[in-house]
Amino acid sequence: MMTEILLVGGILIKILVIVVVLLLAVAYLTFLERKVVGYIQTRIGPNRVGPYGLLQPIADVLKLLNKELIIPRESNQFLFIIAPMISIGTAIAAWAVIPFDKIQVLANVNAGILYLFALSSLGVYGVLIAGWASNSKYAMFGALRAAAQSISYEIGMGFALVGVMMAAGSLNLQTIIHAQAGGFWHWYWLPLMPLFLSYWICGIAETNRLPFDVAEGESELVAGFHVEYSGTAFALFFLAEYTNMILISAIIAILFFGGWLSPFEGIPGLQPLFAWVPGLVWFLLKMSFFIFCYLWFRGTFPRYRYDQIMRLGWKILIPVTLVWIIVIGLAVQWHLPPWFA
Amino acid sequence: MEKLPEIRNYTFNFGPQHPAAHGVLRLILEVDGETIVRADPHIGLLHRATEKLAESKPYNHTIGYMDRLDYVSMMCNEHGYVLAIEKLLGVTPPIRAQYIRVMFDEITRILNHLLWLGAHALDIGAMSMFLYCFREREDLLDCYEAASGARMHATYYRPGGVYRDLPDKMPQYKPSIWHNAKEVAKLNENRQGSLLDFIWDFTNRFPTRVDEYETLLTDNRIWKQRTVNIGVISPERAIALGFTGPMLRACGVEWDLRRKQPYEVYDQLDFKIPIGLRGDTYSRYLVRIEEMRQSNHIIRQCVEWLRKNPGPVIINNQKIAPPSRVTMKKSMEAMIHHFKLMTEGYALPEGEAYAAIEHPKGEFGVYLVSDGANKPYRLKIRAAGFPHLAAFEELVKGHMISDVVTVISSIDIVFGEIDR
Repeated sequence: MMTEILLVGGILIKILVIVVVLLLAVAYLTFLERKVVGYIQTRIGPNRVGPYGLLQPIADVLKLLNKELIIPRESNQFLFIIAPMISIGTAIAAWAVIPFDKIQVLANVNAGILYLFALSSLGVYGVLIAGWASNSKYAMFGALRAAAQSISYEIGMGFALVGVMMAAGSLNLQTIIHAQAGGFWHWYWLPLMPLFLSYWICGIAETNRLPFDVAEGESELVAGFHVEYSGTAFALFFLAEYTNMILISAIIAILFFGGWLSPFEGIPGLQPLFAWVPGLVWFLLKMSFFIFCYLWFRGTFPRYRYDQIMRLGWKILIPVTLVWIIVIGLAVQWHLPPWFA
Repeated sequence: MEKLPEIRNYTFNFGPQHPAAHGVLRLILEVDGETIVRADPHIGLLHRATEKLAESKPYNHTIGYMDRLDYVSMMCNEHGYVLAIEKLLGVTPPIRAQYIRVMFDEITRILNHLLWLGAHALDIGAMSMFLYCFREREDLLDCYEAASGARMHATYYRPGGVYRDLPDKMPQYKPSIWHNAKEVAKLNENRQGSLLDFIWDFTNRFPTRVDEYETLLTDNRIWKQRTVNIGVISPERAIALGFTGPMLRACGVEWDLRRKQPYEVYDQLDFKIPIGLRGDTYSRYLVRIEEMRQSNHIIRQCVEWLRKNPGPVIINNQKIAPPSRVTMKKSMEAMIHHFKLMTEGYALPEGEAYAAIEHPKGEFGVYLVSDGANKPYRLKIRAAGFPHLAAFEELVKGHMISDVVTVISSIDIVFGEIDR
């Protein structure tokens, strides 16, 4: 009895730590975004609240929590409220299977990839329901676009994941990381390059970020699916979007860049020199790079049109991933060194 | 059998409070899926009765209203108005004033095209572009400020010349709690000389900045996918619809009032007229980018001429142009002139005149009817953007919702001018 209580308590503490750290990370990701995009645009970004503007995200959170939650009279109130919860719930729940280093993972399940894939697909329901429940034409357009986009990109994303599963021979994320051991050139980004790029593009599209942010489409649909949301409900969508950005970056780091593995593995001079660095640090560094790329893209690219996104998904990404799955199949079958020996 | 549900097009309201409506445009869009079936622009939400107001004011009091028409190309509007008055009065401004006017017209053209480029890119999703364009606009607005004292609504052009000569020194930044002495010194680096030196420095820098914009957009795949073959119009249709300016030139029609009906000193300056090939949004983009480069070239020629040729900037006819403040304090006659001009203004001979200039958006015309009084009997403004907006439905029909935004920004409308 006692051991079970301890076990459950331990899991609860782990969950709490992950969620709190994640929410803080999201808060400061918004700060980072404003700073990075600011410097890209020859501005300096927020610098008034607290030293160097560091308290800005806290102020933003407080502001959003204090705002009135407006529920449109003509909306479907139950769905209107439940939608942001679905979004944030799935975005946070996905973190359960992410391995932070060799031992730190909340649930080392064998179908880790499937779990991630399932939750990221579920997250779309939040957007879809929000758009429909708002009973607003702009929100409806946003929701329709989001639905079409997610369905098309999930296929490409799924195929990219299939390639990784075949290469590693497992659905368990820890096993996938171990399969990439052996240094920078052994990570899957190299043999699975087309899949990596497809997954990356799909990931940006899944999170509705520029250049694929048609569901929000600032200049077209004003705010798309969350145009009717305010206060806390809006904050939840916001949180979900940024949590998903971090999640996609983490998944890319795990599947294609060896997760918590050191990049200096196998290099005679450097490997012992950096042996003391914990795996978590490498993992965070890899993640940070992809998060930065998100912001970089936002500062650089124009937005795609809705039908052009569909074309990219169906006519380019899906064929590319399909072909590469066959290539990977053959490589695994013939034990192509050094990756699949 | 039960009746099948009737499938109808979706009608929705775009604006007047929409981030991409460029002011107060209200569009009623009828869409089939995402495809536009009908687009109905509603205008008039910014109507300020400028034309009617002008009928109750002496001629020289209306110049300031002209700034507020197309509030991103202020001095060009003034230019059209003062040209019409000068035509009726039969006066010609001194040559130096003509060069100053041409220089500021071209500065205004760059100002307008920069704002257009920034807003166009922002509407297509390239947000950074907007801020880059505003960085350049800042310097040009400083030129406005140095010459006229106002950053936007200058009221600098006057019948018979311009309000005053260009200043010999630029205003300087001062250290504050946000910028220390060192930073301020850097900001003031190119402000040490006269206004002409400052403009010269800008024209040296500007072409490389345009190159930078082009690296970001011109060959960008997404940018081209969003703009090529969007909002196409044929040259014949464009002429029939009354298109002018870059909208017409993008269709491949070489029509530029600066060349075809030269006013001021444009016939003595060297510049090229860029034309497009397809008449689509991308051509309009390319034409306007090239126009910015050509304007830069014209400004340089004006600066060189103005440096070498000092002289009066307004005619010495005190029935039309006010005397200087100094003489006004000493000479009785000058004081009477001043009083008369500032209260009663001057009467124009009976008749009518139409003056048009090549405004950044197209042909900006002012049609003035005078019954011999000190106020116009009728003032009609031909807004450059009005025919373009009128053709809006033709441009967007069959395109998608995202393209509506692209096309609105590509025709470069400003509601101050369209609603008047």
